[in-house]
Amino acid sequence: MSYIPGSVAVVGAAETTDLGAVPNLSEIGLAADAALNAMADAGLKPGDIDGIAWVGAMRPQLLAQYLGITPRWVDGTSVGGCSFMLHVRHAAAAIAAGYCNTVLICHGESGKSRIAGAQRPAEPATLNGQFEAPFGPFGPPTLFPIPVLRYMKTYGVTEEMLATVAVVQREWAGKNPRAMFRDPISVDDVLNSRMIAWPFRILMCCLVTDGGGALILTSADRAKDFPGKPAYILGSGESVETGMISQMEDFTSSRAFRVAGPEAFKMAGIKHADVDHLMIYDAFAHLPLYGLEDLGFVPKGEAGRYIMDRNTAPGGVLPMNTNGGGLSYTHTGMYGMFALQESVRQVRGIAPAQVPDVNVSVCHGVGGMFGASGTIIFGRDRPS
Amino acid sequence: MQITLEPGRPKPQPTPETRHFWDGTKDGKLLLQRCGDTGRAYFPPRPFSPYTGTRNVSVFEASGRATLLSYVIHHRPVPGFTPPYAIAVVELEEGPRMMTNIVGCPQTPEALPLDMALEVVFVPMDDSISLPLFRPATDAPAARVGVSMGVE
Repeated sequence: MSYIPGSVAVVGAAETTDLGAVPNLSEIGLAADAALNAMADAGLKPGDIDGIAWVGAMRPQLLAQYLGITPRWVDGTSVGGCSFMLHVRHAAAAIAAGYCNTVLICHGESGKSRIAGAQRPAEPATLNGQFEAPFGPFGPPTLFPIPVLRYMKTYGVTEEMLATVAVVQREWAGKNPRAMFRDPISVDDVLNSRMIAWPFRILMCCLVTDGGGALILTSADRAKDFPGKPAYILGSGESVETGMISQMEDFTSSRAFRVAGPEAFKMAGIKHADVDHLMIYDAFAHLPLYGLEDLGFVPKGEAGRYIMDRNTAPGGVLPMNTNGGGLSYTHTGMYGMFALQESVRQVRGIAPAQVPDVNVSVCHGVGGMFGASGTIIFGRDRPS
Repeated sequence: MQITLEPGRPKPQPTPETRHFWDGTKDGKLLLQRCGDTGRAYFPPRPFSPYTGTRNVSVFEASGRATLLSYVIHHRPVPGFTPPYAIAVVELEEGPRMMTNIVGCPQTPEALPLDMALEVVFVPMDDSISLPLFRPATDAPAARVGVSMGVE
């Protein structure tokens, strides 16, 4: 049995009521706020939900009980910020297989306020603890950019090109009232901003915020029973590569991207020319470059020039990261849920920076430091 | 030059599968493992080959020569480190890659061109653990100690 494109749809989607600094909610509170908003969007109550996904070890049961849900399908997949793409893929398969009817996928993270979040202690006996931590990495800004100098040297990519990623996404953010940073910036602003981990400066790094989001999926045959427009799941892909960036196979390309992306395109039965809208998880400015190339939108080494030529900017042929992205919209720590929310909004035609006539939206996520990947392709029209 | 690592640097804790590696660095040897099926070297340590799954693997001493694959220069304070400092990944002559620090040269883009030739130095954290760090290659045999983390 294979997945039939469009046989499952998102019928409810919402973010937390507030984004940015939300000091009045803990992590599970943010997830619940988003879940209630998504249920309201779909016109559902907790008793209508029979499948639940929340990131983390032994956490789905916490949220199920908190919300009053009795699931018969559960997913706690936790591979970093793209976990939600994997949840969507798994949920679509589960619904198609009849394991459950209506799935709630949640995210809540108190990234800024740090209220009751999951702890991530450095374990000195793990492989990371033995073979990476002793050399001074301190969080994603010191790890995720490590491959980039090799990529830049291999393809002649410049710091100006990296900076342009942030500049273009700020243009999109300027059209979005919920974006955290909306004031225009220039390449010089980016290149003169505070140095974090050369060649990465603060404006090439994502925000750190509080927030969350939730999605409700069900069979496409039921989608007409819901108040909002459905976003059909056309295809999906997933993979993992490594939990240690030092062991990434190729510093100029993500193997996980190259597995997940083509799998999704193949399942959906679409070509690149069919794509109207694109989200590529941008925790740091280089990720859209790797994503554009590894998903086959541009040849290797040409993504920097492609963005400088304004192909992904407002008015361009391939609008990308139209909410402003992790660089300017919001980034709680696991941004993938927000990329999915924007793809759903664009397909439903209700995004703040709405792209005209979006039928197909590709939403591509990364987890860890090039450690994992998930790709979801949404459609406005159900394939006949 | 005398090596002094700052206090506060995270200290690795060997496991049964990695003990030989850390015993090696303490003895001034960089020990890799080789797949019995393909002859290819691999890292980090594990008691089987990541290429074929065979448990027929052997431990051997690497040359200690490497080239600089990629890095960042961190500018923010971290316990055990004085910024700016490079967090690097080197490619060993035998093929495997490892994260490390580059010592004995300024922590600047100009002093750290990609593909520069490097050699291992073993720097003790205490009596039980020595870290494999790398310095610009010299004609002399790799030193077991003797490089400052400073940039003076």
